[in-house]
Amino acid sequence: MIEVKEIRKGFGDVEVLKGFSTTFQKGQTNLIIGQSGSGKTVFLKTMLGLHKPDSGQIIYDGTPYSNLDEEDQRDLREQIGMVFQGSALFDSMTVEENIAFPLKMFTKMKKSERIERANVVIDRVNLENANHKLPSEISGGMQKRVAIARAIVNNPKYLFCDEPNSGLDPNTATIIDNLIREITIEYDITTIINTHDMNSVMEIGDHIVYLQKGHLAWEGDKTQIFKTDNEDVTNFVYSSNLFKMVREAQLSKNSI
Amino acid sequence: MTYLHSIGEYFIMIKDAFVKPTKGKVLRDLIFKEVDDLIIGSLGIVAFISFFVGGVVAIQTALNLNNPLLPKSLIGFAARQSVILEFAPTFISVIMAGKVGSFITSSIGTMRVTEQIDALEVMGINSINYLVFPKIVAMMIYPFVIGIAMFLGIIGAYTAAVYGGFAPSEAFLSGMQEDFKPFQVFYAFFKTYLFAFLLATIPAYHGYFMKGGALEVGKASTSSFVWTAVAIIIVNFIVTQLLLS
Repeated sequence: MIEVKEIRKGFGDVEVLKGFSTTFQKGQTNLIIGQSGSGKTVFLKTMLGLHKPDSGQIIYDGTPYSNLDEEDQRDLREQIGMVFQGSALFDSMTVEENIAFPLKMFTKMKKSERIERANVVIDRVNLENANHKLPSEISGGMQKRVAIARAIVNNPKYLFCDEPNSGLDPNTATIIDNLIREITIEYDITTIINTHDMNSVMEIGDHIVYLQKGHLAWEGDKTQIFKTDNEDVTNFVYSSNLFKMVREAQLSKNSI
Repeated sequence: MTYLHSIGEYFIMIKDAFVKPTKGKVLRDLIFKEVDDLIIGSLGIVAFISFFVGGVVAIQTALNLNNPLLPKSLIGFAARQSVILEFAPTFISVIMAGKVGSFITSSIGTMRVTEQIDALEVMGINSINYLVFPKIVAMMIYPFVIGIAMFLGIIGAYTAAVYGGFAPSEAFLSGMQEDFKPFQVFYAFFKTYLFAFLLATIPAYHGYFMKGGALEVGKASTSSFVWTAVAIIIVNFIVTQLLLS
């Protein structure tokens, strides 16, 4: 579980995160949504410790991140898996080496044990015949699977995903969303996903946080988001023609 | 103010390259890879340039010796002095600022753009130590490259002078040994070590702290070459003043 308490973060005169609190539960897919410039990425990077908050606290399972010394912060980060928007795979390493990288850095496993463990997660994310290929030789969807495999190979307690299905076709995006959800339940981890994809919200939104201009404007789950009275959330959700049509169909069905 | 900020950031980066070290076994593999990329990969171009520039130095000296009172051995003497004192350590280092420097900046810059550096940081790895320290260690073998450049430069000068008919072999060899001061070789290798450090760290700084996308990677590579070359020339001037004047 990750608790966020009155978090504030600014750059120069611009305050990006304007003081809000929320809790991300274990075993759930927690989604952060909001328009571009709403502070989603800064929020994610602040939770990851890449940005130091101006005030407020990020509490990982009862331990405030700011109370940890550098060594303990590094230990905590070893328990974090991260899937980056562009996958962020190491170009010079093969798929297998990319996935085994955290094991090489943080465990005393022998090479054969690392390969064995890497192959377990390769199977888990359904990657076939890619072990010895370079990231540039595989598709965007496969790169995302490799990134997910690398993020979970060291059995993390927390999984962060920044726009995990951006640039993917709808079918592959749904497969990636479902994969993240299955892994969250199977590994019983706290998963936080930064997205503005409404399909993801419908598929895997167990807990949704809507950010607007650095404020937490709304939170709930995927069923509540389509019923909310919050005008900003409604405008965001129904900005897609597809969702507008779904809503109109629902309204007309209700009126009958 | 921007320059002062950059200089401060550069020295902090150097400090961070030596703290929170990466696991020894991983670091060893990274150092070998950097030796291959930065040192072994540069030998071909360094050998080619050294041999021919050495030859050109000999020909130019010979063509400018119009006075019949000046001995032919001066060609060997001039070739040795110019190759050992300046051409090999300084001229080759400026060329390496282009070859090795742009490679370092673009590879680290691309890692920045594609969030690979963020990935290292999120994993709890000191990315500066992981990326910069192996380059500094690998570049400590750089004087070996300069040694080869010195050797091939003189061989090129000998070949051009003797086989080009500008000086007999005995005269060239006696000129080469004339008034030889071993301290000058020490001076050349001493400044080569300083250049090696600059060649590893200035391009790494430009790559690590770049912001933007692919276009900015190109711009960072260019500015890294300019600043590395400027730093080499300034350090060369200071070291020459301190050690030779």
